[in-house]
Amino acid sequence: MENLNLFIRSIFVDNMIFAYFLGMCSFLAVSKNVKTAFGLGIAVSFVLIVSLPVTWCINEYILKPGALTWLGQEYADTDLSFLGLILFISVIAALVQILEMAIERFSPSLYNSLGIFLPLIAVNCAILGAVLFMQQRNFDNAWTATVYGAGSGIGWLLAITCLAAVRERLAYSQIPAPLRGIGITFIITGLMGMAFMSFLGIKL
Amino acid sequence: MKLSKSLQTLINPLSKENPVIVQVLGICSALAVTAKLEPAVVMTISVTAVLAFSNVIISLLRKTIPTSIRIIVQLVVVAALVVIVDQVLKAFAYDVSKQLSVFIGLIITNCIIMGRLEAFALNNRPYASFLDGVGNGLGYGIILIIVAFFRELLGSGTLFGIQVIPQWCYDHGYVNNGMMILPPMALITVACIIWVHRIKNKDLQE
Repeated sequence: MENLNLFIRSIFVDNMIFAYFLGMCSFLAVSKNVKTAFGLGIAVSFVLIVSLPVTWCINEYILKPGALTWLGQEYADTDLSFLGLILFISVIAALVQILEMAIERFSPSLYNSLGIFLPLIAVNCAILGAVLFMQQRNFDNAWTATVYGAGSGIGWLLAITCLAAVRERLAYSQIPAPLRGIGITFIITGLMGMAFMSFLGIKL
Repeated sequence: MKLSKSLQTLINPLSKENPVIVQVLGICSALAVTAKLEPAVVMTISVTAVLAFSNVIISLLRKTIPTSIRIIVQLVVVAALVVIVDQVLKAFAYDVSKQLSVFIGLIITNCIIMGRLEAFALNNRPYASFLDGVGNGLGYGIILIIVAFFRELLGSGTLFGIQVIPQWCYDHGYVNNGMMILPPMALITVACIIWVHRIKNKDLQE
């Protein structure tokens, strides 16, 4: 029940895009048509689902103050948390690389449709953001971290797909010239964010 | 007026090639830390420092990095610099570093940094790269500070935490607009800045 609640909250209430503005760059750049947007959303969710449990284990067994106790009593005082950022970003980059190879091997069509955006997921703020929030929130076990990753990923997927759908329709509307393109996209995202705020306070 | 080349590298990112509103890079943190002026200023300084020094380091290494692994090298350089900034902030400005929470760490994935490293530092000399880094950092900071100014003024009636809207306004029924503090208004404020900026620079319109 706890996990279900976390899942729903991370999709709607703590949405990566509307509440924390994470992963905005690719969110704005890749939302011109629904199909690519959906593909990227799936890839990001996938990386989130895989990378959160892995980084959770790293944090729990290597980085936390006293985490190295399993090596022997003399390491009980070691605190490696300052290494967090470097370790996390390398793990994410490596995972994205592996994922890229796996997708290329097992589903060449998906690989071709994602193109350059696949390697760029490594520098998507949503991934590192979710990992850092996971560290901050101190989840109890790897399963909870996975649920959080899945929720955040699906929330991101939902947001980018909705925006792409709206932007496809925008082609037919008359927008003041200075606002065309990026300006109106910001306003739409803002309005969608307000709509998502109505989910505040959901609790299961 | 003809500006010297190095001055141009410094000035251009402030308005005509602004990283946030023209190149649309580094939006994530630009929006998230702007509810108050103080974190926005600290963020500006941190990003400018990381950007300038990573530009210099990559520019010095540009002939020795093999192209195929350059992204990883860049990430490691940037991550190392961000760790330094993070530790310095924790030591000297603990409250602000708590407020910025994960966003200091997220400087690593700030697209401005990767963008400038790829587009400028890899083919330019260290001094020019340094100026480019400072210029882009400030260009990013200007937007941050404008957005934070309006959000803090209209949302809490304060600037840098000091009350600026006088008490008699509240006595006559003025109310702080709580909406400005919420995330969606950051996006709409940036959209307004883009709007004004593009009315002035017609060649940027789409």
